[in-house]
Amino acid sequence: MSWIIGLGVVLVLAILFMIFRIGNLVGLVKNKKDDIESGNAIHGYLFMIFLIGSLVLFFWYSIAHFKLYELPVASEHGVLTDDLFWITMWITIFAFVLISIVMFWFTFKYSYKEGKRGEFFPDSHKLELIWTIVPAIVLALLIFRGLNVWGDITGPAKPDAEVIELIAQQFAWTARYPGVKDQQLGHHNYKLIDASNEFGLDLTDKNSFDDFKSLELHIPKGKEVLLKIRAKDVLHSVYLPHFRVKMDAVPGMETSFKFVATKSTEDMRMETGNPNFNYEMACAEICGKGHFSMRFLVVVDEPEAYEKWKASQESWLKQNPDYLKLVPAALKEVAIIKSGIATENAGAGSVQTVSIH
Amino acid sequence: MATVDIHAHTEVHHDDDHHDEHHAGNFWTSYIFCQDHKIIAKQFLITGIFWAMIGGIMSVLFRLQLGFPEASLEWLRPVLGGWLTAEGKIDSEFYLALVTMHGTIMVFFVLTAGLSGTFSNFLIPLQVGARDMASGFMNMLSYWFFFLSSCVMFTSIFLSTGPAAGGWTIYPPLSALPQAIQGSGLGMTLWLVSMALFIVSSLLGSVNYVSTVINMRTVGMSFTKMPLTIWAFTFTAIIGILAFPVLFGAALLLIFDRSFGTSFFLSDIYIGGEALPNQGGSPVLFQHLFWFLGHPEVYIVLLPALGITSEIIATNSRKPIFGYKAMVGSMLFIAILSFVVWAHHMFVTGMNPFLGSIFTLLTLIIAVPSAVKIFNYVTTLYKGNIRFTPGMLFSIGLVSFFLTGGITGIFLGNSAVDIQLHDTYFVVAHFHLVMGSASFFGMLAGVYHWFPKMFGRMMDDRLGGIHFWLTFIGVYMVFFPMHYIGIAGFPRRYYSWTNFETFQGFADLNMLVSIAAIITFAAQFIFLFNFIYSIFRGKKAPANPWNSTTLEWTTPRVPQHGNWPGEIPSVYRWPYDYSKPGAKEDFIPQHIPYSETPESNLPYENEQIKLEMKNGGAIVIEDKKHH
Repeated sequence: MSWIIGLGVVLVLAILFMIFRIGNLVGLVKNKKDDIESGNAIHGYLFMIFLIGSLVLFFWYSIAHFKLYELPVASEHGVLTDDLFWITMWITIFAFVLISIVMFWFTFKYSYKEGKRGEFFPDSHKLELIWTIVPAIVLALLIFRGLNVWGDITGPAKPDAEVIELIAQQFAWTARYPGVKDQQLGHHNYKLIDASNEFGLDLTDKNSFDDFKSLELHIPKGKEVLLKIRAKDVLHSVYLPHFRVKMDAVPGMETSFKFVATKSTEDMRMETGNPNFNYEMACAEICGKGHFSMRFLVVVDEPEAYEKWKASQESWLKQNPDYLKLVPAALKEVAIIKSGIATENAGAGSVQTVSIH
Repeated sequence: MATVDIHAHTEVHHDDDHHDEHHAGNFWTSYIFCQDHKIIAKQFLITGIFWAMIGGIMSVLFRLQLGFPEASLEWLRPVLGGWLTAEGKIDSEFYLALVTMHGTIMVFFVLTAGLSGTFSNFLIPLQVGARDMASGFMNMLSYWFFFLSSCVMFTSIFLSTGPAAGGWTIYPPLSALPQAIQGSGLGMTLWLVSMALFIVSSLLGSVNYVSTVINMRTVGMSFTKMPLTIWAFTFTAIIGILAFPVLFGAALLLIFDRSFGTSFFLSDIYIGGEALPNQGGSPVLFQHLFWFLGHPEVYIVLLPALGITSEIIATNSRKPIFGYKAMVGSMLFIAILSFVVWAHHMFVTGMNPFLGSIFTLLTLIIAVPSAVKIFNYVTTLYKGNIRFTPGMLFSIGLVSFFLTGGITGIFLGNSAVDIQLHDTYFVVAHFHLVMGSASFFGMLAGVYHWFPKMFGRMMDDRLGGIHFWLTFIGVYMVFFPMHYIGIAGFPRRYYSWTNFETFQGFADLNMLVSIAAIITFAAQFIFLFNFIYSIFRGKKAPANPWNSTTLEWTTPRVPQHGNWPGEIPSVYRWPYDYSKPGAKEDFIPQHIPYSETPESNLPYENEQIKLEMKNGGAIVIEDKKHH
């Protein structure tokens, strides 16, 4: 079968070659000298057809399929960057369409005519000045607006922002929450990482006792969230498309990104009319074989639901009580209480909680 | 004198070496270790075309995966072997290897060596009026280092662990740790060795180009009378000389990190069940070093293409290039700015946000000289008498790509907007149009335009036209849809998007892109046929087929060693005297003195006639030196 196809291809190529040869010979016989003009005109017309066809296609697709490529936005700064994106879009489309029309029109209008001459027009300071200054002013406006937004986005987070740590590794994400009792993330050290202690949690720091791990990213609606981002092995990048958030995860260097989610998962399900809608996080920096599979589920809760969810989570230490032995003796009691291991043997636990606070 | 001896020696030695490799016989043996700039240019060109086909095949392979994720590629098993999974699909790691090699090959081997290497070599001596390059020997070395580099890179494709697979930007730690990805084993080592050789080649070439342009211009060829091609090649070479050593440094440090346990780019890594001892390094440092070359590299690729099209558009519009000084000025400005915009590739790498502000500002400034260039091209067409030679068609195509791809740079250069668009298909669309396709079109335009001088024959016009239209529309069909896919947030370098609900759509567009890519790639065989056929059977070219003004067209049909059989012509006027009012023909070549064209001289040009008399004496002296 396949060699029949191969033979067919060879035959077609041979026929094409014959046509080419015959065309050449005919051309030689006719001694085509006057051909420049007619051959030329074809390209002029083709450029016009191309111009009109491609602009129609461009505008039709962009308008008719807007919903397909427009990604709903769900964060405060995302609205600002989207605005800037669309402002830039209108300006560039205007320039793009205008210059394209003028250029292809010129190619059509001024295509070769026998005996005609071009116009000797080597420069014009006025024109050049205009098209240097106008783009410069427009760009200055875009820069000014862009830098304002950029400054806000990258400025320091509010002191009461909800801090969540994201840890990237080949090819999965984990989130670490500071825990409801101290609201502080405990120290970590990559040398402490092992099969269970995937954060490299430093158990000599009392802030680490109530930290908990989550395999979904829960964030509250309407409250500033500060993502602290790190990577264990190679570069990754936290990418939250609906929130217009992207920040690399770098081994050996903590990065961060702050934002405010404006729509809960429920809100978004209503807005998109898709009852199964879910926010997702992806990896945006090439990280190896499984780069394309680093999906992390993101849930935006109403603030109360979020607090409730947080309170219901078990601390990491409670899930891995073996690690209590790494806690220094002086802090052991605190660890037992803060991690929630103690609450099961009721009475004593609650008394000690009081005494510590 | 020592160099001459060494050269004579190596030539004899290698002649023997290559005898059994190339069965074509005498032709090869006498042309392999040639120091003539024209032969070296052709060597670069043919190697570049070879690499372009390899890079193109790779893109078709990964486009098959992206456009037809369900299709079985079992029929490719004889070629790909173990790189196909049991279900007959491309392995996800091999996919990354393909993407990486496609990028590396296209950026460095095709658009740097293939473009600059070919046309800087071919045109600089011919257009400035020199017998050859400043150092023919260095020039020859430049090609053979490139050849060696190509061999190493080509070998790496066939390793059992695959070639480098961490992206063409080879960011560590991924590129430093074989446990992170197979391609970071021997494949990466060969990548680095190959690139080191490539940089040596590039530097040898660049130093030669710059010194030739500065020292070896013919009488009367002042800087302001140089064709824009030469300006472009000179700026390109200077950028290369300043930028490539930094990549060399980065590659060297990476080699140290990989093989000798240093920690320049590695810190706090836990991988494969163990914590590595490296501490204190910074992966972001590598990115700074890489992009310090990487961004100027964009202009190393683009400027020669812009120079070539300036020349072709002026010639075929039968008009002087509009704003010659502004064209030179904007290229100079672009060349300088290209060194201070690198970090716009790094807005979201955790770099200090204040740096992000600075680089946004500088990046958007670079749009101004680029815009000036586009306006000048368009105005050059205005009231011209345009002949659509294949070279001209591809040049117009370049301007269109430069425009379409350039404006999306305004989005990406703005750090706030870049947060969302970074590493999405929007970026892929942007740089493939503005740098990839535009430069590629510049290269094709150059081949069509200077083919008559290279091989003494004409390429076929009609095939050129068909090639142009298929490629022009094909490229737009490949890259324009990617803007939508990018705005929708699809990340690049993804093997498949099925894991994400957010990235479910656009199966149709991706299929369209893949089909367009295959057609566009197939269309290149029309060019290949035209190219090879015309070398041997093309119509014999006249000495100056395009009625062009520059010096290369004053040489015989096939210029021999030394380029001009007699004395080198002197230059009296700028290279763009097309359609000058009052002139007999619609072009006046650069070597025609004003004293011979009283009918078309402008008032100040009549003043020049007196100076010409003085220079006339100088020509004779100059000429004697060469005999």
